[in-house]
Amino acid sequence: MPFLYFLEQLKECSIIFVLMEVNSALVDHIAHLSRLHYEESEKTAIAADLQKMISFVEKLSEIETSGVEPLQHMGNAINVLREDEVKGSATRQDALENAPVTDGTFFKVPKVIRK
Amino acid sequence: MSILSNKYEAVIGLEVHAQLATKSKLFCGDSIAFGAEPNTHVSPITLGHPGTLPKTNKKAVEYAIMMGIACHCEIEKDNFFARKNYFYPDLPKGYQVSQHTTPICKGGHIAIKTDGVARSVQLNRIHLEEDAGKSIHDIDDDYTCVDYNRAGTPLIEIVTEPDLFSAEEAYQYLTEVRRLVRWIGVCDGNMEEGSLRCDANVSVRLKGETKLGTKVEVKNLNSIRNVKTAIEHEIDRMTHMLENGETIIQQTRSFDAGSNTTFAIRDKEEANDYRYFAEPDLPPFHLQQSFIDSIKQALPALPAALMGKYEHEFGLSEYDAAQLCQEKEIAEYYAAVTAHTNHYKAAANWINGPVKHYLNEHKIHISSFVLKPAQIADLLLLVEEGKVNFSVASVKLLHAMIAEHHKTALQLATALNLLQVSDANELETWVSTALERMPDKVKEYRKGKKGLIGLFVGEVKKLSKGKADPKVVTSLLEEKLNGAD
Repeated sequence: MPFLYFLEQLKECSIIFVLMEVNSALVDHIAHLSRLHYEESEKTAIAADLQKMISFVEKLSEIETSGVEPLQHMGNAINVLREDEVKGSATRQDALENAPVTDGTFFKVPKVIRK
Repeated sequence: MSILSNKYEAVIGLEVHAQLATKSKLFCGDSIAFGAEPNTHVSPITLGHPGTLPKTNKKAVEYAIMMGIACHCEIEKDNFFARKNYFYPDLPKGYQVSQHTTPICKGGHIAIKTDGVARSVQLNRIHLEEDAGKSIHDIDDDYTCVDYNRAGTPLIEIVTEPDLFSAEEAYQYLTEVRRLVRWIGVCDGNMEEGSLRCDANVSVRLKGETKLGTKVEVKNLNSIRNVKTAIEHEIDRMTHMLENGETIIQQTRSFDAGSNTTFAIRDKEEANDYRYFAEPDLPPFHLQQSFIDSIKQALPALPAALMGKYEHEFGLSEYDAAQLCQEKEIAEYYAAVTAHTNHYKAAANWINGPVKHYLNEHKIHISSFVLKPAQIADLLLLVEEGKVNFSVASVKLLHAMIAEHHKTALQLATALNLLQVSDANELETWVSTALERMPDKVKEYRKGKKGLIGLFVGEVKKLSKGKADPKVVTSLLEEKLNGAD
């Protein structure tokens, strides 16, 4: 039974893809959202891959799930809340350890153009 | 402009982000204190390291519910968080955790008053979400510097329906939101430090038109006055565009406080695609009615309720009641004074008058005022009983009490010789002396120039050094002047 709930959730997420044909514009759009770069020559292969994934999801939609509530969460836990206490911060040195560029104070990223 | 404002109408919706006054972040234990050294309030959860698990702050949920109750919203019992996916350097995880499908508070309204007319501004929702970090663009030539201290700070976003119709209404609405969040203690309401932020969606349409015009979103509004100025500017700009037959394009604009104008920061070329889905790392939370009820019961009396009480039970004017309820601590101070005296009107006058004047002059908040409400009650009682006159009490005696606050009002009034004399013999002597000094004026008075009574009272006041009770003096003078010729 949980599988059916999960399926309903998946179908909700994928509904946009089910209705869409993977064309060049869609590949560009998804790549932009994911900030992925690829060579123009790879585009056809990527589109074919995506189309396969969508076909897989479409296959799932053959199962009857109408009337089944979407599954919001995999576990049964609810109300896992914590008290409002200050604890658990890392030292700045540790926090910055994996930063690609840092001056010991900030995370530095490529200039974000403004105005 | 006045002709145009008869032809067009503005429709405004506001999105207010209020930083909740918790100690720690929404999903982890980092402090949210303002002004810390960059990147010192960051944990692996804040930074979105793999394998970390967020956990919701119960206090933040409570605060969101408090605001919802204060705004007459329906509280959603079945809540879950969603991921809003987008890339920006100040967003360490690549998504913001927000409540997309189930805002914790639905609907609701906030009462405002413009030009003496009251109405309710309809809310769409209030939801919980986490804040982003801070990008600093101007300290490094080659890089943008990011400070993640603020990332994960709990916010509520209070969203109105497009239900505001002028810059003044927006101003009154924001003033009310700020008073409410401060009143119930869920946010410090400080716009300069960014704990209260406002984005304005403004559109203009022909009057009578039911379809909304193309909207422009104005950001970077860090004071309530700026919100008003920016909206005024936008309405003016868009009205003139329409009048000139130009097309308004959907834009995000920023306010420039230097020139009081706005400039475009980006056009909305394609609809945002945030690919929301239920946050798998956070289990849903279900609110019991009993939990919501307990929060409701713990909520302080709201300004509207207190104002009603002061007007109807204490007989104050609407103006006086509103003045007292501008700030919760003032209203509480007033309530404490009235626990010691039932001179309600006098107590309101004292607090709205000399007390506030003193606090403003010395830039002191009522919470650090040295005089206890009982002392103000004692002071006003001296005036009500006619022992000290109001002007002497509100200046000399009030300041003397502040300077020596361990002494009682009566002790100080006695020591400083401020008690009014109502003793008939002493008053008689002053009155007679005053009249003897001005025989000509006495003659004029008796011929009908009754206005001269003020002059005589003033003379007695001078002779008595302000200690003569003016009411008694006046009747004594009238008795003498109108009596036997």
